[in-house]
Amino acid sequence: MGLKIIGTGCGLPEKIITNNDLAAIMDTSDEWISQRTGIRERRILSAGESLLELGTKAAGEALAEAKTKAEEIDLLIVSTIGGDYKTPAMSCLVAGELGIDCITLDINMACCGFLYALHTANAYFRAGMAKKALILSAEALSRLTDWRDRSTCVLFGDAAAAAVLEQADSEPVFSMQVRGKDGWEHLHALRGTDNCPFNDFEDNGFLHMNGQDIYKFAVSSITARIHEVLEKCSLTIEDIDKVLLHQANLRIINGAITRFGHPEKFPHNIEHYGNTSSASVPLLLHEEKGNFQRGDKLILCAFGAGLASAACLLEW
Amino acid sequence: MKEKIVDIIAAYKGVDAAEIATDKPFNEIGLDSLDVAELVMQIEDACGVEIDITPELNCIDKLVEYIESK
Repeated sequence: MGLKIIGTGCGLPEKIITNNDLAAIMDTSDEWISQRTGIRERRILSAGESLLELGTKAAGEALAEAKTKAEEIDLLIVSTIGGDYKTPAMSCLVAGELGIDCITLDINMACCGFLYALHTANAYFRAGMAKKALILSAEALSRLTDWRDRSTCVLFGDAAAAAVLEQADSEPVFSMQVRGKDGWEHLHALRGTDNCPFNDFEDNGFLHMNGQDIYKFAVSSITARIHEVLEKCSLTIEDIDKVLLHQANLRIINGAITRFGHPEKFPHNIEHYGNTSSASVPLLLHEEKGNFQRGDKLILCAFGAGLASAACLLEW
Repeated sequence: MKEKIVDIIAAYKGVDAAEIATDKPFNEIGLDSLDVAELVMQIEDACGVEIDITPELNCIDKLVEYIESK
């Protein structure tokens, strides 16, 4: 028993922030950002917009494309580093907006969230506990980045993207790893200052990242995860139609291409959205799906805070 | 060792090895921080060593010294 993706959708903020917009408010330039990252613009939530609205739109689009009614969904997973509310879970609110009445859960696996949601949904399907699942990745990195730190704030954007899954014969194959103790400090955000009178915890709560170490982790983990799923299926990269990588930095994508060849198999849209954490893989899937034929072999692959990495080989 | 590393960097930049200054900081020979990270990975594979990137390893000569000390 496996799964099939039968619908996708996305929700994007209206405001587009170009590199030149950033250069107008901080010491940076379009040339500096685009040469080091490949990013030209990103979407940022503005006053009056909520992540819940983006997520609900993405999920609604995916349901419509899947010709699936809300009451048919028996598992809803939202992957997010943080929704509009610390509690309740964003999945509860999305369920409320869409009229979904089933088990819902949020997972926070940072940029790997969509892959971990896919893995969890697959486990529910295999256990016979669900037949149709909605998975939504919704991220507002603009709330987590320090806008005074020009080396990181230029990298990220906000977005939501969703997929509807149903049980199918074709089994996806996964490779997952969490390195935990080994290097997690290179990418983290503390929870921020609290006002409990019994401790003196203080931190700005912003994202911290060591770019060089994350580059090495990213390229080596992409390579390892893809090789592992290929080996499990006795396939080679030549057998794969597309590899949808987490869109963190064009230089990382190029690092993967250096190791696997076939640049035509590695589509990217980071130019327009920046790094949208767990939303990046389903957003790329949503934009690229018009180029897929049913039966195509896809690898989805992500890496991020944890340090976690994951790949999934599935049939479209 | 130095020759091997210079060849890797020259191939990455698409220039002649003779054009690579080994005593100049990486940013002065046209390598930004992610270029250095990519090259360190290639050098690790080629030389079979693990390299911790630190601010002190800022030119080829210092990188060679570091690798030879391991």
